[in-house]
Amino acid sequence: MSTIIEHSTRLWEGLLVTLQLLVLGSVLTLVIAFTAGLARMSRQFLVRFPAAVFIEVFRGTSMIVQLFWFFFALPMLGIELPGFAVGVLVLALNEGAYAAEVVRGAIKSRPAGQTEACIALGIGPVTRMRRILIPQSIPAMLPAFGNVVVDLLKNTSLVSAVTVLDLTYKGQEIRAITGETTAVFTTLLVVYFVLSVLLSFLVKWSERRFAIDRVGKANGARLLSLPGISRGGTT
Amino acid sequence: MTWDNEFALSILPDLLGGLWVTIQATMAAIVIALALGLVVAVIRYLRIPVLSAVFGFYVQFVRGTPLLVQAFAAFYILPDYGIVLSPLITGIIVLGVNYSSYTAEVYRSGIEDVGKGQWEAATALSLPVRPTWTRIVLPQAVRSIVPMLGNYWIQMFKDSAILSLITMNELLNVAQTIGSSEFRYLEPLTIVGILFLAVSYPAAVLIRRLERRLAITS
Repeated sequence: MSTIIEHSTRLWEGLLVTLQLLVLGSVLTLVIAFTAGLARMSRQFLVRFPAAVFIEVFRGTSMIVQLFWFFFALPMLGIELPGFAVGVLVLALNEGAYAAEVVRGAIKSRPAGQTEACIALGIGPVTRMRRILIPQSIPAMLPAFGNVVVDLLKNTSLVSAVTVLDLTYKGQEIRAITGETTAVFTTLLVVYFVLSVLLSFLVKWSERRFAIDRVGKANGARLLSLPGISRGGTT
Repeated sequence: MTWDNEFALSILPDLLGGLWVTIQATMAAIVIALALGLVVAVIRYLRIPVLSAVFGFYVQFVRGTPLLVQAFAAFYILPDYGIVLSPLITGIIVLGVNYSSYTAEVYRSGIEDVGKGQWEAATALSLPVRPTWTRIVLPQAVRSIVPMLGNYWIQMFKDSAILSLITMNELLNVAQTIGSSEFRYLEPLTIVGILFLAVSYPAAVLIRRLERRLAITS
């Protein structure tokens, strides 16, 4: 164990890279998820079809294969990206494809009455989506988004295979120097575990924070709380 | 340097060989996941004081850590303790153990999905324990369990590519070997992607259809 403490600066550097991948990857995932998810719901075939192909291709192949393709094969087509950029991009494309289906599913499962009410009030499709359907769908998306983010965290370890100096890469480096395999990998497993537990706490908290019927649930009566009351707490 | 058809065709047999290894390894891992998952689920269900909590933590821990790090850990640590296994066997065990945690949760949620009223009705009719399980609970649970398991099997098939990093000689590893010896990565890696898609996409469509067919319509 003392060797791990000796090399803790290496691990710390790796952890920072992992956290950068996590944050940048998550932000880009969100952008891709909404873009692809909404595009797949479009009535225009030329918008809907490419989105569907993107989603199915990135969900249908392994992330590690995508990572290798973007790192080793893409340069042969003349596009060369540094490892870190490939890492963030592939993490976001892969998880974004999963999250796009979450976005689509949540929006589609809104009661038809919401759309009908908008039509009756003359609210156009863009405003309807932006002001009515999407805000209502976000609480329904949060649990699934939580899974996507925890998944993204775990998948960051794969980028060590394309020369990104993340936590896993640094762990391998320490193993190569010291030969302390048990200590190194136990530490890595514990650090990743703590990170994913923290992440799921964050998700649980935001689920409670953004729940539509926050007040009602606490009382056991599923009332849709009024905007003024919902911020008041659980009484 | 662009796509070379002749080269692509010449490496196809090797890659198909790799795909076969991937499929076999996935199937072996599925068997481990099904069996070990059942053990974990039953022990958690029985609420044995310390043991159930330990297995609950096991599920959390395995699900909260990356498969790659688990694979590295098994691959590098086990030989230190005198357990020398081939990369193929190590990979199969790691993949199976990893997904046993998901499988255990599938069994659990499948049984919990069966309405409380079904249990109450069985008690009200004083149905013995065994037929309550075999005639009432399990037939209903299976309907939601099978599609969930199917989705995890596809996930396992795709995740098996990660095991190439512990030198298991599966599809991606074969492609990497070809790539590094021929200095051409475009063809092998693109074919790998197509092969993964060619198996997982039809399988996913099939499971979606199965899910709809098995759904309990009220």
